[in-house]
Amino acid sequence: MTDPLVWLILLPLTWASLAFPSGPGRGAWLAIAALGVQLMLVLLLVVDVTESGILVRAVGGWGAPLGIDLAADGLSVAMLLLTQVIALPLAIYARSYFSATAPEGKYFWPLCGFLLAGLNGLYLSADLFNLYVTLELVGLAAVGLVAAGGGARQIAAALRYLFAMLLGSGAYLLAVALIYAAYGTVSMKTLAPLITAEAPVVIWLAGGLMLAGLMLKTALFPFHFWLPPAHGGASAPVSALLSALVVKASFYLLLRLWLGPFAGLTAGAGLLGWLPATLGALAILWGSCQAIRAQRIKMLIAYSTVAQLGYLFLIFPLLTGEAALRAGIMQAFAHGLAKAAMFMTAGVLIKATGQDRVDSLAGAAQQLPLTMFAFGLAGVTLTGLPPSAGFLAKWQLIEAAMAQGAWIIAVVVLVGGLLAAGYVFRVLRQGFLLVPATSADTSVFHPLPRTLEWMALLLAAASVLLGLRGVELMELVSLGGAV
Amino acid sequence: MTSGLLFACVGALLFVMGVSGVLLIRHLLRRILAFNLMGSGAFLVLVGLAQRHGVADPVPQAMVLTGIVVAVAATALALALVRRLHALTGKLEPPEADDD
Repeated sequence: MTDPLVWLILLPLTWASLAFPSGPGRGAWLAIAALGVQLMLVLLLVVDVTESGILVRAVGGWGAPLGIDLAADGLSVAMLLLTQVIALPLAIYARSYFSATAPEGKYFWPLCGFLLAGLNGLYLSADLFNLYVTLELVGLAAVGLVAAGGGARQIAAALRYLFAMLLGSGAYLLAVALIYAAYGTVSMKTLAPLITAEAPVVIWLAGGLMLAGLMLKTALFPFHFWLPPAHGGASAPVSALLSALVVKASFYLLLRLWLGPFAGLTAGAGLLGWLPATLGALAILWGSCQAIRAQRIKMLIAYSTVAQLGYLFLIFPLLTGEAALRAGIMQAFAHGLAKAAMFMTAGVLIKATGQDRVDSLAGAAQQLPLTMFAFGLAGVTLTGLPPSAGFLAKWQLIEAAMAQGAWIIAVVVLVGGLLAAGYVFRVLRQGFLLVPATSADTSVFHPLPRTLEWMALLLAAASVLLGLRGVELMELVSLGGAV
Repeated sequence: MTSGLLFACVGALLFVMGVSGVLLIRHLLRRILAFNLMGSGAFLVLVGLAQRHGVADPVPQAMVLTGIVVAVAATALALALVRRLHALTGKLEPPEADDD
């Protein structure tokens, strides 16, 4: 009855389903209360996994292969923790952000609930097909959230996003079909010892399809084309949800497959890891340069997401050691918290000034000091300055790279940090140093609920302070092995 | 060549046709059809290859059933978006991307 594994999926499904019939824009309080419970469930799960290792549950008493198994180990619990930790402040922010009549907030709560149910389900799934279904659930809910704005621009972005998602999961599904044909099972645990370096060509093909599909879904350069319009065009709480959490789901899946069922293939082919790593390095350079050039503030943050996702892929050639995995999860946390905070501050700035251009931020620090401070803190994490979680992630990554003689990765990390400072300081310079062109401009700032500013600050501060308590998190990741 | 392998080969062909359609066709309705072709291709591979000595395996059939539900939902969402885009812009082709 009180099994956190099952309730983490059922609870968001329940509040999402209840929010839908209660009418457009309703259901916020229910969602916030339920998210509080979900956070507690995850903390319970952290204790459980720390004490007894991997947890496995057969849903409804029907185990695999007929039923569905749920499993939780250190890696999945860490991702679940990240999801709920970001979702709760984000929900409180969204309640104040969407006014009762705003069209873009009409279906936010049901879609948000389905999205979170999909994410939690994905992190708990133990078989390849269940992962496909949760991946589609996440994708469809995310596309719905992007389209909720209702303008031609958002609809076009949502369509582009939808087709990218469908191509990605189509490739994944075909790979699942090939694997089932070869081994007669989709359980990741059973597949792990079966797939060895001598696997038939068809398994290499399946692995390639999965790699390509998931790279497309994670918006790795050059597959990032769908991300900036979708993330930059949606409303601020939606952008925060997508950039902080949704892209991490397909990254998690790629990591899990790489270390789990496909470990036999990937360990044998050392050069294979350099493919995602090279694309990741290009993503860092390209995304950062586009962010430095961007005119609109949300586009700047969206391109920053393209760049920061690159770091996640730098770990693949180094995965023979534990340190790289820890660096990857730390980066996922650092970027998730900081990027959610950054999109939330962007929402505040856009609401307050009524404009979305970086140039229109002059004088923002006087009017909205908390918000600009939150943006600065999130920027500290993205550039990787100590003591932030971003610093810890990059430190671990550089250490892992040097230990294996891959100094080129260390160089990319350092250059990426400098470029990130470039776009962060562009915004801070506008906000703090420049005086508005005319004195009349200062009156343009609209008053806003303080909740918006405080929630952004909360997440930004968390992204910095996590750097001080990072060891506990990294120990959690290695619990229960990597499978 | 067994009938299962034949199904799988046709499925793979349909999948490739569908993928090229999604990538190359600009007309949105045709692109949605191409996506459905791609999905059907994957389902055919799943059912076709999973026959052991001519006896059908129920597990992939259950999977395909789930997959069809997902594909129907995705098609419905895509059609709703295309309708909305058509109502707003009067076109059935995506507008040119503006990256800023």
